[in-house]
Amino acid sequence: MATRESRTIARIMMAPSVIVLLIWMIVPLALTLWFSFQNYNLLNPVVTFAGWLNYQFFLTDPAFAQSIVNTLLLVGGVLLITVVGGIFLALLLDQPIWGQGIVRILVISPFFIMPPVAALIWKNMLMHPGYGIFARIAEAFGQQPIDWFAQVPLFSIILIVAWQWLPFATLILLTALQSLSEEQKEAAEMDGANAVRRFIYIILPHLARAITVVILIQTIFLLAIFAEVLVTTNGGPGYNSTNLAFLVYRTALLSFDVGGASAGGVIAVILANIVAIFLMRAVGRNLDA
Amino acid sequence: MARAVSTRRKIFFTALAWIVALLLFFPILWTILTSFKTEQEAIASPPMIIPSWTLDNYFEVQARSDYFRHFLNSVWISVGSTLIALLFAIPAAWAMAFTPTPKTKDVLMWMLSTKMMPAVGVLVPMYLIFRDTGLLDTVWGLTMILTLINLPIVIWMLYTYFREIPVDILEAARMDGAILWKELVYVLVPMAVPGIASTLLLNIILAWNEAFWTINLTASKAAPLTAFISSFSSPQGLFWAKLSAASTLAIAPILVLGWLSQKQLVRGLTFGAVK
Repeated sequence: MATRESRTIARIMMAPSVIVLLIWMIVPLALTLWFSFQNYNLLNPVVTFAGWLNYQFFLTDPAFAQSIVNTLLLVGGVLLITVVGGIFLALLLDQPIWGQGIVRILVISPFFIMPPVAALIWKNMLMHPGYGIFARIAEAFGQQPIDWFAQVPLFSIILIVAWQWLPFATLILLTALQSLSEEQKEAAEMDGANAVRRFIYIILPHLARAITVVILIQTIFLLAIFAEVLVTTNGGPGYNSTNLAFLVYRTALLSFDVGGASAGGVIAVILANIVAIFLMRAVGRNLDA
Repeated sequence: MARAVSTRRKIFFTALAWIVALLLFFPILWTILTSFKTEQEAIASPPMIIPSWTLDNYFEVQARSDYFRHFLNSVWISVGSTLIALLFAIPAAWAMAFTPTPKTKDVLMWMLSTKMMPAVGVLVPMYLIFRDTGLLDTVWGLTMILTLINLPIVIWMLYTYFREIPVDILEAARMDGAILWKELVYVLVPMAVPGIASTLLLNIILAWNEAFWTINLTASKAAPLTAFISSFSSPQGLFWAKLSAASTLAIAPILVLGWLSQKQLVRGLTFGAVK
């Protein structure tokens, strides 16, 4: 069906998208790379060549090591909560219950809350050490309320982000769960497999692919968490809740160090690409099916 | 369906599911309730559940900070960037779905890969380009950025929808003597509209909630709700009820859109990897 003429037309139809994405991908990234080798501070009009100095400074900055640890903890912690919680919730929502439609809507709602709102709701109304709901509950049990963002800043951010992403994991796992055939489940039941064995040998393998997709897609977004840090802790106390994205932002727009921030940006791109390669494989495989 | 579900079992799971769902929804519900309280009620101990249903917070937020302008900025940026992205994406996805070549898959994967680039990686040059071209703190500048960052998702979503349109139907129409533009208007467009609509909906949601570029590239004039709400992070005095009112207005429209598009959500967000 694809004649030469129709192929030419197809190319023309694709050209605008390909061209703008090409520009978007190459120009800023090339500039970042270029800046990362310059001594360039917005407060200083003289720009000189820096060689690897920016990378050297950025990589040996104690804040960098901490930001990498924090980034990994943030991504890992949120993934753990959302995947385990998501499997549990998906199994629950797959049961015959009354009001399934409304329950589903309530469960997915946090996903639609914009990050600054989600973070500020949690910061002020739930985790506030004086007036927050959590403090009130602690007081009711005679406990000393936790000062969340002072005592466990990173963990607090993990909780907030997990709340936002739990619906995503749940929804995708539920969709995958519902494609498991009734016959398969029944056959296992007839063979005398109990609930736990059914879960381990039938349901979990069936969900494997969906879990992979959840982990990979979430990782892409979680590596870039920014607004939640900005409005709750501003990276503090000290660098205790600074992740890589926030450190780059801080170097660029608060210290005006274009060279250093660009070096950080390049490192962030490299990290994200490692994850991206895995994601592309998972998605690409499905494209053939 | 041979499995008979006992009523007791159903009651148990229903109760459990509702408790979990209400716990997850609680922060949102609490925000909405708080927005109708006075500032004293908002911090009362023990917490007041039923508000006095005052609307003062809404009026005050508008009066103090011209809330509606930020709201409109959000609308312009999210709807504008989505429509422009569709303009680019519809022909591209159409061509890839109906005239696939051996390279189509590579092009799609490459487009997806542009989405993997972390925003901080290009924050510095984009900030400088915006500063030097006067795009900083403009609705146009942000619309452009959001168009670019969401274009790959839009193309992918449309592609997965278009691919499901049966090509046979075109041949049938041709047998009936339909000419090209009639093919398009009467046969293909009606079949493509649902896919385009769900793509539009999901992309508006993503653009509305985007909170990296919108915060970093605006100051006040063009600040959409994400940036405006972030300015509440350093509070002065009593402000919970007002924060709640501002938040409620910021999330309400998108919650409704989200509920409407929940069926398409999975597919859109996993690039068709899970259906």
